[in-house]
Amino acid sequence: MKDQNIINLKDIVVEFDGERVLNGLNLFIRDKEFVTLLGPSGCGKTTTLRIIAGFVEPQSGDVLFDSKKINGVPPYKRPVNTIFQRYALFPHLNVYENIAFGLRINKTPEKEIKERVSEMLKLVNLEGFEKRSVSKLSGGQQQRVAIARAVINKPKVLLLDEPLAALDLKLRQSMQLELKKIQQSLGITFVYVTHDQEEALSMSDIIVVMNNGEIQQIGTPTDIYNEPKNAFVADFIGESNIIDGVMNKDFYVTFAGVGFDCVDKGFEENQPVDVVVRPEDIKVVSPDEGQLVATVESCIFKGVHYEMIMDQEGYKWMVHSTKAENVGDQVGIKILPDDIHIMNKSKVEIYSDDAGEGENN
Amino acid sequence: MRKRVATPYMIWMLIFIIVPLVMVVYFAFTSSSGGFTFDNIIKVKEYTGQFLQSFKIGAISTVICLILGYPMAAIISRSREHVQRTLVMLCMIPMWMNFLLRTYSWMTLLENNGIINNILEYFHLPRLQMINTEGAIILGMVYNFLPFMIMPIYSVMAKIDYRLIEAAQDLGCNSFAVVRRVILPLSVPGVISGITMVFVPSASTFIISKLLGGGDMMIGDIIEAQIQGGANNLNLGAAISLVLMVVVLITMAIMNIFGDTESEVSLI
Ligand SMILES: Nc1ncnc2c1ncn2[C@@H]1O[C@H](COP(=O)(O)OP(=O)(O)OP(=O)(O)O)[C@@H](O)[C@H]1O
Ligand SMILES: [Mg+2]
Repeated sequence: MKDQNIINLKDIVVEFDGERVLNGLNLFIRDKEFVTLLGPSGCGKTTTLRIIAGFVEPQSGDVLFDSKKINGVPPYKRPVNTIFQRYALFPHLNVYENIAFGLRINKTPEKEIKERVSEMLKLVNLEGFEKRSVSKLSGGQQQRVAIARAVINKPKVLLLDEPLAALDLKLRQSMQLELKKIQQSLGITFVYVTHDQEEALSMSDIIVVMNNGEIQQIGTPTDIYNEPKNAFVADFIGESNIIDGVMNKDFYVTFAGVGFDCVDKGFEENQPVDVVVRPEDIKVVSPDEGQLVATVESCIFKGVHYEMIMDQEGYKWMVHSTKAENVGDQVGIKILPDDIHIMNKSKVEIYSDDAGEGENN
Repeated sequence: MRKRVATPYMIWMLIFIIVPLVMVVYFAFTSSSGGFTFDNIIKVKEYTGQFLQSFKIGAISTVICLILGYPMAAIISRSREHVQRTLVMLCMIPMWMNFLLRTYSWMTLLENNGIINNILEYFHLPRLQMINTEGAIILGMVYNFLPFMIMPIYSVMAKIDYRLIEAAQDLGCNSFAVVRRVILPLSVPGVISGITMVFVPSASTFIISKLLGGGDMMIGDIIEAQIQGGANNLNLGAAISLVLMVVVLITMAIMNIFGDTESEVSLI
C-alpha cells in the first residue's frame, strides 16, 4: 500500500507565537487524487499547504513524501509546486519567461523550454500572449499563467491556495472545469484549498473539512454531503436545519415535539443528539398529510428554487422547493427516514473535557 | 481647481529653478561687457582634464557606494520591522549634522598633523599622506553620499512582495538564484535612482574636493574659483556650469535608457 499515499502528514502540530494553529493533524493523500481542504477562514488550510510545500516547519509531527520523511527539506528541493492565492507572478518577466522560470532554473535546453512553454500556453488557452507583460493581463489570464508556470515543471503534487477566489462567478466556474480537466489529463495530485463548499463539492475526489486546526471529516463529496459526521460539517457544507433531538431507540428519534422513523442506530437510549435535515429534503404537503404543521413566514426566489422559512411552534424550518407557497398559509411538512441525519452532539463538549484535568486517552 | 492648487509650486519652481537657469544661460553667452559671445563656451575646452577627472572620481565613488550600499539595503529590507526602522535611522543620523562640519571633521582626521597621523606616530609607524589626495576626496564622497544610495534601493527592496521570493523558491531557486533571478532584477529602479543621486552631486561637488583634495582637481572647484574665488570670471563660470549640466543630463539619459533596456533584455 505504500505506493498509494504520496503525502502523509502525521500528528502535525504548528504553533505561531504560542497559539496552536494545527492541532495534531493526520492526513494522507493518495497519488493522482484531487483533495480539497475546506474550512472557514483561519482554520489552518494555508498553513497545511505551506507545510507540504516546505515554507512552514511543524513543531512536531512528520511530513512524508512517497513514504520518505521530508521534514527540513527546503522548498526548492521538494517535488511540489504551488499556485499562490494572488498568483505571485514575476512582474519583471513576460508571460513566456514566467512560465519558463522553473525550467530555466533546472537548466533545461532552450529547445525543450520552447516546446514545453508553447505546449503549456495551448493547455491554458494563452497562445499568442508570450510577449505580454503579466501586469497587463486580466485576472483570469494571470491565473492561467500561474497554472502554466507551476504545471510545466511536472510536479508530482500541485498545491493550490484558493486559486479562483479573486475571479467572478462565471469565470470561476469555467476555470473550475479547466482545472479539473488539467488534473485528469496530466495525472497530477492536486491539493486544493477553498472555503467555497460548492467548489469543493463539484471538483474534489476527497474533501477534508477543517475547523480550528483540526480535521472534522474526510470523505468523498457525497459522503460529506449526505453523511456529515457532526453539526459543524453539516452546517458548513450547506445550509441545514440543525435541531436538538433525542434518540429514543434504534431507528426512532424525537425532535420538534414529534417522533420520526429514521435509519440510524447504535446510540444510547434517550441520548441527546443533533438532527440535521437539508432544506431541499423537506417535502411540503397539505396540512393533514404532514408530520408537522407549519406556517409560511417568508418566501424568496433564489434563481433555481424558492427559499422559504416555515414556523412550526417556534421552530424555524428552512425549506427549498421549486414550488412557491403563499406567505401566511398553513402547510404540512414531511421528512423521509433517509433524509434525517443523526449526529453526536458536536465538538464543543470535547473541548470542555480537554480543559478539565485528569482525563487522558 | 487642480490648477489653483498647483500655482504656489509653479511660482516656487519659477523663482528657484527657471530664473537661475535662465541666468546661467545668459551669463554663459555674454562677455563681461554684456555683448553676446561664444567665447566662454569655447574656452570650456581648456578644462577637459578636470571634467574627466571629476567624472572619474564621481564614477569611482558611485561604484563604491553601490558595492557598500546594495547589500546594506538588502539587509535592512529583510530585517524585522523595528530593526528596519532603527537601521534606517542610523543611516540618516549623520545627515542631521551639517555637511560642512562632517567634511571638516574628516579633514582633522586625515591632515598631515591630524588625529590618524598622530596615532600612527605614537605607535612609531610612518606618517601617511592622506589629505589632498584623490583617495581622500573619494572617501569624503562615499561617506557623504552613501545614504543616497542606500535609501532608494532600500525602499524599492522593501516593496518586493515576499510571495515572489516564495514563488521562486517553490519553482526551484536556492537563495543565490532567488537573489539573481528575482531580487536583483526587481531592484534595478532603485539602483538607477541611487546611482543618479550619488553620481550627480559627486561629479560636481566642490566643498569635498576643496577641503579634502586641496582644491583644483575637480570641475566644481574651477567653477567656484570663477564665481567667488580669485579667477572672478562669472561668465566663464556660468559656461562651465552649463556644459557640466548638459554633460550630466546626457549621462543620466543614457543611464536611464540603459536601465530600461536592461530590464527589457532580461525579459527576452
Ligand atoms: N506566519 C504567521 N505568524 C503568525 N500567525 C500566523 C502565521 N500564519 C498563519 N497564522 C495564523 O494561523 C491561523 C491559521 O492561518 P491560515 O492562514 O492557515 O488560515 P486559512 O485556513 O488559510 O484561512 P483563510 O481562509 O483566511 O486563508 C490564523 O489564525 C493565522 O492568524
Ligand atoms: Mg489561507
